[in-house]
Amino acid sequence: MYLNLSNNVLILEGDFTKFTVPEAEKELARFLKDNSPDKITMIDLAGILSIDSAGVSFLDELHLHYGEQSGILLFKGARPEVQALINTFSTIKLAAVAPDRPMGFFEKIGDDAINSYHSLVEALTLASEIFYYSATGLFNRKGQRKGSTIQQAVLLGSQALPIVALLSFIIGFILSLQSGVQLRDFGVGVFLADLLAITMVREMGPLITSIIVAGRSGSAIASEIATMQVTEELDALRMMALHPIRFVVVPKFHAITIVMPILVMFSILVAELAGAGIAVTLLDTSIETFVNRSLEILTIKDVIVSFGKSIWFAWVIVIIGSFYGFQVRGGAEGVGQATTASVVSSIFAVILFDAIFSLLYL
Amino acid sequence: MMREGIITPEPVIRIRGLVAKYGETTILDGISVDILPGEITVILGGSGCGKTTLLKNMLRLYEPAAGSVSFWGEEILNMGEKEFYDVLKRTGMLFQNGALLNSISVYENISIPLEMHTDLSRKVIDRIIRVKLDLVGLGHAIYMLPSELSGGMKKRASLARALALDPQILFCDEPSAGLDPVTSESLDALILNLKNQLKMTIVIVTHELASIHRIADKIIFLDAGKMLFSGRLEEAKRSGIPQIDHFFEVGRF
Repeated sequence: MYLNLSNNVLILEGDFTKFTVPEAEKELARFLKDNSPDKITMIDLAGILSIDSAGVSFLDELHLHYGEQSGILLFKGARPEVQALINTFSTIKLAAVAPDRPMGFFEKIGDDAINSYHSLVEALTLASEIFYYSATGLFNRKGQRKGSTIQQAVLLGSQALPIVALLSFIIGFILSLQSGVQLRDFGVGVFLADLLAITMVREMGPLITSIIVAGRSGSAIASEIATMQVTEELDALRMMALHPIRFVVVPKFHAITIVMPILVMFSILVAELAGAGIAVTLLDTSIETFVNRSLEILTIKDVIVSFGKSIWFAWVIVIIGSFYGFQVRGGAEGVGQATTASVVSSIFAVILFDAIFSLLYL
Repeated sequence: MMREGIITPEPVIRIRGLVAKYGETTILDGISVDILPGEITVILGGSGCGKTTLLKNMLRLYEPAAGSVSFWGEEILNMGEKEFYDVLKRTGMLFQNGALLNSISVYENISIPLEMHTDLSRKVIDRIIRVKLDLVGLGHAIYMLPSELSGGMKKRASLARALALDPQILFCDEPSAGLDPVTSESLDALILNLKNQLKMTIVIVTHELASIHRIADKIIFLDAGKMLFSGRLEEAKRSGIPQIDHFFEVGRF
């Protein structure tokens, strides 16, 4: 029992701590069912043995809730050590802080639209800056470190080669196997060469490579720039009179422009290799026939479109990675968000542009 | 602050009515400052008063919302990139946490401004790097990576990098923050040395009282985005401005 009523005085007794307050609250609810709060004019605190911030909050609730109804509610008689804690922890004197009003539905749509518009403008501005400095950087090497393009080419290209080759081989294998079985049933197994050559050169080669590069290098670019932003390294570059885009982004841009078509070429060759294996073993096509048919079906236009779009995808990956890198706010968490966002956006953009290219150059 | 009869030298940096905003919030509200050559000017004030913001805005690391900033009599805020970079090449900055490029060694960090902005031979660059590192007492750490350095060493390495091109103005963002008193004192001694020996103009953002007493020629006191005082340290203490009195009173020990 914590509560007692005698002569309109509510007497509190015992410990009022975070462990006992839940019980006291239940008792209060029961107590008020039987007794109207109007009858209480005074609360006697003399019986309180110990109290903590939970107990004081309980008293504050009592005061605000029932004091308002009865008009008068006086506390009295607390022992000095209890009173000291009440004075420290009382919340009655605190100003109420209203939480930020949540945005309405239309407000949120409008806010998102404005933010997206600003992001788009910023991304386009950045893209134009990157194009500008990359173009001028071809002729004027000042502003880039010696050897940085080669170093980036190794990082973005050579190191991506094994995974690109492996995945292209597997995809070429699956593609040939599935379509080979179908073609064999119709007795036209020899057409596998045509099918695989067209698919790999026009679609799958650039697409697989770009998706792998977006996952590997897009994230690396975003996190590198974001980290440099967070640790003030970009500011330090500016103070050394070095343009961050020219110093950090342009070497990557140049490197990826060279490296991407080479990666795509490897991807196509390796997939063709897997296809040739299937053609020889499953479809009884001779290797000469396979190679000749593949080469015959391809036109110069196919090859140009293939390399053209792979370069375009490469640029998209670098620009999106840099955009999220430069946009970063906050610390380590911001870097993580920037990295994730850059990978998701660049894969999305690559697939979207691939669809556009397919429609344009059918 | 200007007394009759004393010719004050032309300020190296002249800031007029500088306003800085972060989104809707105004961080700096109309700051006007002259920074004189060969002096150590300390920008001080409590945390969040806009000290670092002032430093970064006067260097266009953030673009100010309004006002004018000129270096050596030339307005920099609407300057073209190339001209502005020529101004920056005559300055150096020591960042709060060093801001060394993390993927390359201390040697390469200091080498960057030299390779990028001069046509010096490798041999000369090599000597410059070694002497600058020796100047900050880091000769032994020349081939270490920034991640292998302690906080104080990073700042020293950053200082060596800032000094690589023999700047005429040195900016320091909280040089003593997070350092023990002894290291902090030696960094101050180094900065004083730069002023006395090389006649460098130095601008420092700090709130370390001990450091201010050791090095400040002139102070600029900021409070809630406004400049409350600009002048000599002794004058600041006699100024009777309550916030300044409180600042120095609380820090006394």
